[in-house]
Amino acid sequence: MSTPFYVAPEQVMKDRADYARKGIARGRSLVATTYDDGIVIVAENPSNTLHKVSEIYDRLGFAGVGRYNEFDQLRIAGIRHADLKGFSYSRHDVDGLSLANQYAQMLGQTFTNEMKPMEVEILVAEIGEEPENDQLFHILYDGTVFDRTGFAVLGGDSDAISARVEEGFEERLALGSAISAARTALAGEERELVADDLEVAALGRTHGRRSFRRIVGDDLTDLLS
Amino acid sequence: MPTFTPGEDPGPDFARLAESAGLVAGPTGDGDVLDLPHGTTCVAMRFDEGVVIAGDRRATSGNLISYRTMQKVFPSDRHSAVAIAGAAGAAVEMVRLFQLQLEHYEKVEGKELSLDGKASQLSALLRQNLPAARSGMVVVPLFAGFDRRTEEGRLFQFDVSGGRYEELEYGVTGSGSLHASTVLKLGYRHGHDRDTAVDLAVQALYVAADEDSATGGPDFLRGLFPVVATVTADGYEQIEDDDIRDRSQALVDELASRGLPS
Repeated sequence: MSTPFYVAPEQVMKDRADYARKGIARGRSLVATTYDDGIVIVAENPSNTLHKVSEIYDRLGFAGVGRYNEFDQLRIAGIRHADLKGFSYSRHDVDGLSLANQYAQMLGQTFTNEMKPMEVEILVAEIGEEPENDQLFHILYDGTVFDRTGFAVLGGDSDAISARVEEGFEERLALGSAISAARTALAGEERELVADDLEVAALGRTHGRRSFRRIVGDDLTDLLS
Repeated sequence: MPTFTPGEDPGPDFARLAESAGLVAGPTGDGDVLDLPHGTTCVAMRFDEGVVIAGDRRATSGNLISYRTMQKVFPSDRHSAVAIAGAAGAAVEMVRLFQLQLEHYEKVEGKELSLDGKASQLSALLRQNLPAARSGMVVVPLFAGFDRRTEEGRLFQFDVSGGRYEELEYGVTGSGSLHASTVLKLGYRHGHDRDTAVDLAVQALYVAADEDSATGGPDFLRGLFPVVATVTADGYEQIEDDDIRDRSQALVDELASRGLPS
């Protein structure tokens, strides 16, 4: 049998995209949503040490789904980018857009030029001085960037979960209500998710200079009740 | 975006990262001693709930006062503080790098360094600065914080090469340190409370300022007072100016009541 020397570029890209999507679909999803004081991110994550949601900078948060070692690498690269930028210019100069663009470049490069694409989907969340300036940058495995309004859903089941979030979405909810709404959307009709199944963190305008805070233990169970 | 091969990866070390990005200035190394603003007194001591750390506000260049509102006490992170003596520019830059080093570690690793780890990092920064120190850019800090593992305040003195010495009672740095340390030696009691410790710190700085021209005392005219902060289980907290003014005033009144020579 003769080996084909030519594969259409469209086919190569489609194969890569399918590969990445499959890898992402294997993992669990997460929901990021705005609330009255900022942005809260709720991830389905049974581990309480391997984090999907992390702090990048004063007003920036990171979330990832898919292959853990790959999005953790991106997390650290983001922290380095932010800390270096803040150090050489000033803390006020570190913003979500430039970070999201850097991520897009990196993911796009890897998708096109490397043997395999990154099997990840990531989110850069930024809170502004006012709720109108809150940003959610959703970046896909191939470097596509989406600027989401109100909420973002990452992961394999995102279409179904997005539909559920959209249905009940309300702006400026209190933290507890926002987390509960996200939890319900993640769980769907058939399942129930409890505090132990979730990893929750919030970027709050009233949290001081470093807006990122993890919500764990009793704090989380109290808010969910 | 900074990416590294596993062999070159600086891990959670921000100082190494900044160096690889070419952002940290190298040593001047030319041996000429520059006339830079320096001279200071800073003190730190333990008390029952943690540590007190304080510093005066004056920066001098030779015999001239170059700055009256110098900040020499800084939170290095939520549960620790650093006070600096030496060349003002180099010292402030080192504090900035130190703060970033601690925060960067915490974000990358997902947890704070231990207090010993933080002190060790400061030692490393000082060691790196040694060539510049030889050209006059000397930095001699005091480091104090609340150790959440042992649940007590702890403090460390350093020498110019980064040698680290834990003190069990109090520590001092700067040109007025001998005078301040005598006051602390006479007034310190193990396990004393916050009020007593803060008053003692204010008194130590007052006496140092009275004896050392490079240390500034309370300036009631301009409303400028030493920066005094506590670090406890609840974190770093700078004491309000008004509070320090009242304590300084009480100290002055007490000294005046001892009778002035006529």
